[in-house]
Amino acid sequence: MTGQTEQTGGQMTGAKMVVQALRDQGVDTVFGYPGGAVLPIYDELFQQNDIRHVLVRHEQGAIHAAEGYARSTGKPGVAIVTSGPGATNAVTGLTDALLDSIPIVVLSGQVPTFMIGSDAFQEADTVGITRPCTKHNWLVKETDRLGATLHEAFHVATAGRPGPVLIDIPKDVQFATGTYGGKETRPTRYAPPVKGDPAAIEALARAMETAKRPVFYTGGGVINSGPEASKLLRDLVAATGFPITSTLMGLGAYPASGEQWLGMLGMHGLYEANMAMHGCDLLICIGARFDDRITGRIDAFSPNSVRAHIDIDPSSLNKVIRTDIPIIGDVANVLGDLMAAWSARGRKTDREGLAQWQAQIGEWRARDCLSFRNSDKVIKPQYALQRLEALTKDRDRYITTEVGQHQMWAAQYLGFEDPNRWMTSGGLGTMGYGFPASVGVQMAHPDSLVINVAGEASWLMNMQEMGTAVQYRLPVKQFILNNERLGMVRQWQELLHGERYSQSWSEALPDFVKLAEAFGAKGILCKDPADLDDAIMEMLDYDGPVIFDCLVEKHENCFPMIPSGKAHNEMLMGEVSTAHAIEAGGAVLV
Amino acid sequence: MLNIKEGSTSHSAYNLRSVYSDIEERHTLAVIVENEPGVLARVIGLFSGRGYNIESLTVAEIDHTGHMSRITLVTSGTPQVIEQIKAQLGRIVPVHEVHDLTVEGPTVERELALFKVRGEGDHRVEALRLADIFRANVVDSTLESFVFEITGTPEKIDAFADLMRPLGLTELARTGVAALSRGPEARV
Repeated sequence: MTGQTEQTGGQMTGAKMVVQALRDQGVDTVFGYPGGAVLPIYDELFQQNDIRHVLVRHEQGAIHAAEGYARSTGKPGVAIVTSGPGATNAVTGLTDALLDSIPIVVLSGQVPTFMIGSDAFQEADTVGITRPCTKHNWLVKETDRLGATLHEAFHVATAGRPGPVLIDIPKDVQFATGTYGGKETRPTRYAPPVKGDPAAIEALARAMETAKRPVFYTGGGVINSGPEASKLLRDLVAATGFPITSTLMGLGAYPASGEQWLGMLGMHGLYEANMAMHGCDLLICIGARFDDRITGRIDAFSPNSVRAHIDIDPSSLNKVIRTDIPIIGDVANVLGDLMAAWSARGRKTDREGLAQWQAQIGEWRARDCLSFRNSDKVIKPQYALQRLEALTKDRDRYITTEVGQHQMWAAQYLGFEDPNRWMTSGGLGTMGYGFPASVGVQMAHPDSLVINVAGEASWLMNMQEMGTAVQYRLPVKQFILNNERLGMVRQWQELLHGERYSQSWSEALPDFVKLAEAFGAKGILCKDPADLDDAIMEMLDYDGPVIFDCLVEKHENCFPMIPSGKAHNEMLMGEVSTAHAIEAGGAVLV
Repeated sequence: MLNIKEGSTSHSAYNLRSVYSDIEERHTLAVIVENEPGVLARVIGLFSGRGYNIESLTVAEIDHTGHMSRITLVTSGTPQVIEQIKAQLGRIVPVHEVHDLTVEGPTVERELALFKVRGEGDHRVEALRLADIFRANVVDSTLESFVFEITGTPEKIDAFADLMRPLGLTELARTGVAALSRGPEARV
């Protein structure tokens, strides 16, 4: 192969077709793990230099890394896994990407076509298993169809509401020769509409003119729509002066330093954000989906508002919350039209009403809901994140997280100024997401600062990826808030289960400094608040992967909090009694 | 606010029906899909995964050259659930069109059923007489049994089954509903 120019079309083996199609899609990095059923593809990867392959240590890590790559670049992430256990290990990552609408393309090997159905070695019904956890999947039985299917897969993953797709490729299809026709051969039928209905957009513009207490409620759809959507959102917020809140997934679309920023909303959202949602008279939902972590008790959700909902997925509309002004379309497209429609009508708002609304929001802000009682003896997790924020916010920074209390604190105490800078498992809540995601982000942004804010329990779930980080010299910083507890589980047991802490402590924890050193990385232990700044600087200054073991207060709870089964205006604040906070009806909710 | 019109398809939210009712409705949907492996599993998996009802489901290829199949699905739920079902069906990649025949206008619905009725003497005569009233055909006969073929609405077949049961109904096979809109227009 050396020196020979690659063909972009013509006859080639299925394995070569895979590599060629990836190249034609502009893929520069794939994450994967070889095995018997993908050996021909790995042989082709070996004989080229255009596409970097990152060898993970577990297939779940490959999928999360591809997700991190996708979310931080806006391009689809790609992963390759083998048949059987390789594919089943991908299931959690696929489901994670499905719930968070992340475009990833997963290629799985399969036993040869003539052995399918015979319970062959490492055979699993991969398309059957992954059907409910992908946006779409394919089993390709003819090499001639492989090229077109690969290109269709990239199209489906990224068009409309993005999501994960999987192509199952039997080994004989990889070996056989077939015709490859390039990018143009894909079937072109799948084309979700991106343009919103002008009448509905006009109705929303009209509602904006008379609203006295409006609020923008934005989500991951703004980020998925691309940088233009974030820009248009900022323009619209600036022009209208309407306050804005966001889901966990949408942080960064509007800058945290922005004048109208209310902070995150929802179960652990800010008091002012949730009170604004409860009290508003016009709710403009943009690229969010009224998740149960957002709404609290449905029948008490935003009781006096007209609701507008902009979403590219028709099934998101009226799914949970009944909508008065539904608009199906791509966020950037619709926001552009909305700005034009509202401008054409004279850019009117109810200034008097807005001024009163802002004054009310100011009162809510004054509650200072993120205040906490600091300590000079033990590091409070909130304080650790405040210091991390202070010491890193001016850097070219990407943050990933695991799942739990630390994730909520990170969302509360870190500020995101730009989209695609914040990678967290929202919908599925996958412990073990953050570390491999940080690997994917660092591969895409080799010179940037990538920090995974973690809890020790989540982090251990995919700690094998230390091998990957060290092998590829990825200077990912693992900032572990170590409370030796499954903090969020412990918090719920305190509030809900009579302080019976069933299985929610982390016993037999490793010495994280020695663990780092065993992998050839750097470990830092910090337990004194007075040492924290120096220790964080030491982490930042080290050119390589670091495990930062930050021993924090063990029994800190995450506030504010909307208890299960309660409404937005029934938040629990810190430092108050939490006895009987959750009633029997709420206890059944997760 | 928006003037919400009657009638709906999965591809438009602008003619959503009012979803403010909590009364369960029965709807007949026509779903046009690419005839590719696994497409029926996707549709059925959607219903089982999201907890929707299937009262009847039929599927067959309707366009061999275009590889298209038509799934006729009878489901029930509140208006909000019905709208969700249509939207969820509409976002399955190989689904081309979703039509709610129940709201799109008058339809004709037919089902075919085969009844095996075993009996002698008066029962046998009575079964044959009722079959005649219901315009059922005898497609198999022995001295002690008949197999009737009957076509009609599901209600008609239910009624026939109720009558045959005391007369020696031993086996019943139903195809499920096939449905088309009435009138000259092709809606699907």
